[in-house]
Order: sequence, then C-alpha cells, then structure tokens
Amino acid sequence: MIWGVLQFPGSCDERDALHACEVASGEARLLWHESRDLDGVDAVVVPGGFSYGDYLRAGAIARFSPAMEAVAEFAAAGGPVLGICNGFQVLCEAGLLPGALLRNEDLRFVCRQADLIEERSGETLSIPLKHGEGRYYAPEAVLDELEASGQVAYRYAPGHNPNGSVRDIAGVRNEAGNVVGLMPHPEHAVDPLTGSTDGLRVFEAVAAAGARG
Amino acid sequence: MPKARVLIRPKEGILDPQGKAVERALPALGFEGVEHVRVGRMVELEAEDPERLGELCEKLLANPLIEDYEIQTL
Repeated sequence: MIWGVLQFPGSCDERDALHACEVASGEARLLWHESRDLDGVDAVVVPGGFSYGDYLRAGAIARFSPAMEAVAEFAAAGGPVLGICNGFQVLCEAGLLPGALLRNEDLRFVCRQADLIEERSGETLSIPLKHGEGRYYAPEAVLDELEASGQVAYRYAPGHNPNGSVRDIAGVRNEAGNVVGLMPHPEHAVDPLTGSTDGLRVFEAVAAAGARG
Repeated sequence: MPKARVLIRPKEGILDPQGKAVERALPALGFEGVEHVRVGRMVELEAEDPERLGELCEKLLANPLIEDYEIQTL
C-alpha cells in the first residue's frame, strides 16, 4: 500500500506522518499542495500543523488548495483518507467530515498523552495530542445521527477530554467510512521509544476501511 | 469599487471562550455590569459585485455551522 501525505505551507507533522505510514505499510510519499495529481497513492493523510497559517479559521484556506480538490474526488471514489489535527480541521471545513473544531474550552493550548477509546473495538489507545482548537462541535441532531450510524470513530476516555469536545468526541468518520479525522496524533505514537505504538492502529484501521471499500 | 464590511460572530448557543475570558476580565478593570460578551471578527473588503458577498461568506469568510455573519455595504 502506498500512502501519500499532503504538504501545505505551514504543515509541521508531515514528516512524522510519512514515517508512520512507512512503519504501518512500507511506502509513503509527500504530495505538494499545489498539485492536483495524487501520484497514484492508495491512501491519503492530511497532516497536522497550521496550513496557510490557519488564517481566518483553522483549515479554511487549505480546503481550496488543488491537492484538496483532488482529495475530495479521491474520497468520493472511496479512497481512504486520514485527517490528523489540522488535517481533521481541513476535512471538516471541506465538508468531507461532519462538524467543526472550535477553540479549546479553556483557551489553553494542550499538549499531552491521552487515552482514546476506539469505538468499534472498545479498546483504549494511548496517543499524544497537541492543539489549541480541538473542541469538536456539531448540532445535537447531527451528533445523534453520528452515534446511531457508528460514525464516532474515537472518543476521549473518561477524564481525558482536553478541550470540551461534545460527547467526548476525538474523531469521526464519514458515512461511507473511508474518511476519518481525529485531533490526537497517531503519527507520534508508532515507536516504543516515544512511549506508545498505539498510533499504528489508527493507520491500519484507515487502510482497512479503504480495502473494504 | 463598492466597500463592504462583514461581521462574523459565533452562533448563539455556541460556547465562546474568548468572549467569556473578556467578560471575566472586565470587573477587575472596574467595568461592572457588562454581560454576554461575544468575540468575533470583522472583514473589510471592496467588491465589484456586492451581490455575491453572501456566497463568499457561506463558502469562506464564515463557517455557517458555527458562525453567523452580517454584511454591511458602505
């Protein structure tokens, strides 16, 4: 499986994402934001950082990049897409995922290890997070739908919600299941040296979603 | 070109921690009796076709899921 990792001006986690993809399944390459060509990759990561300076709103400008137009088509055709942190914000702004990410409830930038529950398996993953605008929000009716259709992908474990996200939601997937976004950073948790390899589970789950499609 | 001003604010009912922080700071500075502070942003622009500003707001300047906007043509 070949992964492509988007690179925007202001991205800062694309190198770790590239490494994580390589650890997860062997091959990965960077995809420049100005190119509409996804270079034949099998899955796409929209990485963390501050794309286009996060001007206006986090992710608001990145969604109009040529690469994101290509990602939207790729996703519509069932291609697996993983958005991490800023990438999650970009996917929400692009309408590829439901909801929005707002300023953290206490206005503090959080940077810490957190426990996440993978909703499908019920298993707990230990993954770092670092963000100032990670408070997941969607209207109540949308949240009910997401819950009913199994679109809540990851939830903060009790006591681990760092930002006031509604219903402790850390990550969601689209209706088809091939697009997943989350605020925590699985790409920073792929080596025992840094404390956890649970992040690989996230990459594997996205790859599997693509394989199923 | 016609000038316009777009005011963008968090939707009613959405927690606005910036507004809360400002509100909490006011009494310490001697400003009592100020409530319901909401912090948004303002965009000034000049547009050839002000008719299209609504679309522009929906698509880029505001996120209609979380923000309300108001266009003032000047």
